Amino acid sequence: MTAAPGPAPGGTVPGQGTPTGTVLEVRDLHVRIASRQGTVRAVDGVSFDVAAGEALGLVGESGSGKSMTLRAVLGVLPAEARVTSGEILLDGVNLVAQTQHELNRIRGTKMSMIFQEPMSALNPVMRVGLQIAEGPQVHLGFGRARAAERALELMRRVGIPDPERRFRAYPHEFSGGMRQRVMIAIALSCDPEIILCDEPTTALDVTIQDQILRLLARLCSESGVSLVFVTHDLPVVAQICQRVAVMYGGQLVERGAVADVLLDPRHPYTRGLVRSAPDFDYVRESLVPIPGAPPSLITPPSGCRFHPRCEFAEEDCRVSETPLRLLPGGRATACLHYERCLEAVAADRAQG
Amino acid sequence: MTAADGMTGADAVTGADAVTAAGGVTAADGRPGRGDVLLGARGVAVYFPVGSQFAARARHEERLLRAVDGVDLEVGRGEALALVGESGSGKSTLALALAGLCPADSGEISLDGKTLPARRSNADRRRIQMVFQDPYSSLNPRMTIGGVLRELLRVHHVVPRNQVAEESKRLLTLVGLPAEAVSAYPRQFSGGQRQRVAIARALALRPDVLIADEPVSALDVSVQATILNLLASLRSELGLSLLLISHNLAVVRHLCDRVAVMYLGRIVEVAPTEELFGAPRHPYTRGLLAAIPRLARNDLDTGAPAISGDPPSPLRIPSGYRFRTRCPIAQQRCAEEDPALGADAAAPGHLAACHFAFVPAPPAATGLARTGDQA
Repeated sequence: MTAAPGPAPGGTVPGQGTPTGTVLEVRDLHVRIASRQGTVRAVDGVSFDVAAGEALGLVGESGSGKSMTLRAVLGVLPAEARVTSGEILLDGVNLVAQTQHELNRIRGTKMSMIFQEPMSALNPVMRVGLQIAEGPQVHLGFGRARAAERALELMRRVGIPDPERRFRAYPHEFSGGMRQRVMIAIALSCDPEIILCDEPTTALDVTIQDQILRLLARLCSESGVSLVFVTHDLPVVAQICQRVAVMYGGQLVERGAVADVLLDPRHPYTRGLVRSAPDFDYVRESLVPIPGAPPSLITPPSGCRFHPRCEFAEEDCRVSETPLRLLPGGRATACLHYERCLEAVAADRAQG
Repeated sequence: MTAADGMTGADAVTGADAVTAAGGVTAADGRPGRGDVLLGARGVAVYFPVGSQFAARARHEERLLRAVDGVDLEVGRGEALALVGESGSGKSTLALALAGLCPADSGEISLDGKTLPARRSNADRRRIQMVFQDPYSSLNPRMTIGGVLRELLRVHHVVPRNQVAEESKRLLTLVGLPAEAVSAYPRQFSGGQRQRVAIARALALRPDVLIADEPVSALDVSVQATILNLLASLRSELGLSLLLISHNLAVVRHLCDRVAVMYLGRIVEVAPTEELFGAPRHPYTRGLLAAIPRLARNDLDTGAPAISGDPPSPLRIPSGYRFRTRCPIAQQRCAEEDPALGADAAAPGHLAACHFAFVPAPPAATGLARTGDQA
């Protein structure tokens, strides 16, 4: 089946995955949500791309627009939300312009999704084997027997023990980790080019999370599938992704290789995120929270959306727009005064 | 058993000294001395009958969910003890039992050396208070914050009636909320602020022990830090003992003096934090530590998962040693004998329940461990 080898074995090591081409390209995406209080600018000019075989992390707090971005890409926005402008190119095809029928075809074969809560994403009254076999039947034209065979093979690949017996089980008979394996099997069932993951391990225990992350990393390097991984957990991103994009208030504020961004941030918000999370390897005297609260997306602050909470903010941060600016080393930051953040990071490090 | 070994009459004296000298943290060996054990549990077990007991009896089987299955634990005065483990390991049930919110089926719970009866008096209840995980469901939406606090203060006669309003405001400032918050409803607050209210409510009764059950896991990362810092400062200001339940080992390492690791209703290892994380003795603890994602490490490509498989059901606990089905070093002996929580003579404060915790590890697994995932 997925005979196509990954671009480079061990493609999960940063810098080692040699991108052969761009699979997904998001250009200046805007998503608005109509609400009684006003229009929520949930995603406001987000651009990124994902290379073949690459895993991109999309991180941010709740309300930063990371899940909305992912849903827009898959075309499963809630009823009140609309893509108002921008392009989502999958293999050069603009998904925003497609009809529902076309989208259904693309979603099945080229793109799939893994959700946070597998119990609500799986059909509770359908045997899991049939749920895994459904994709190949509908999208690849497999007959029932052949699709069932494929489902068994996938169940073996994702490490579900005793697949012949488990084929006939229902989702409620599975543990959380096993359900997530079923979700992964479904996501892989039609050999997609890209899998979108929305916090797939947040609901799991740390030992099970470890198993699932290892499984995903192995499957990706085996089959060369790309990942977009949405999470708020920075260490998880460090584990599974090569590149990361940080979102704040519906916009991208920083982008770059995982180790660069998380260990040597160029945006005060990224620095704040890293400093406020307790890190297992480095115990600080006290954690440094980010002051203030996330911005309203109905009436966002002018200029840089982070300026009301930023210790480096100057007058120009309040007035001028802050698009991503490219930096050396394939990085980008939206901070006008990123040099000051750079100094602060260096000072943090000197302190220990 | 933890109280029994190594703690004979002589310790009573040194233990009492430790309270005054070290500000009540822990004795030199990392274990609270006899004098400063504030909250103690001995052989505590909580079982839940599941399904039809009649059908179970007819089939001669036991339908008991062994949530907590014989736990010995001591929390020192002023100490912060963490309880970690996977979901279903019984850590929350143990916390409820300690707080008196869930009756224990056997064993005894003592506070300040006095055994607490199954039905506690109001005075005893006051001394152990809890903060729950979800600040959205643990506050009454129909009561103002002030209403919640005033009710507590009146019922328990914490302060004279004419000072109740003043005391509620003091509590709110203590947890970093404006005093005007008394007239607000929970829905007007963010998650982090609600968790502050929950902490103020717990502190209103001036408890000796604060049990916090996953206090930050429902909150955003940037807000978590403020609550963790608050818990740390309250602990040092008020001299509270803290029992923190968390699955996040980074949080635990940050906040706690000692850590107890639970697995399937039992404590499998207890040690001072840095010792446990630096030199874990139990294979389960080693696996847990290896499974933590780290910011500055990426090793997903190398090797198998730290611990394979799912935890067994607490309805059917494996024979002999309960971790053996997932243990990388399980031997025949582990299927037959259930090891007790024991310590090495060199480090009496570091307890582990494994046949091979303090002897050289056996040569190789005999295949008893079920391999769930071939990586």
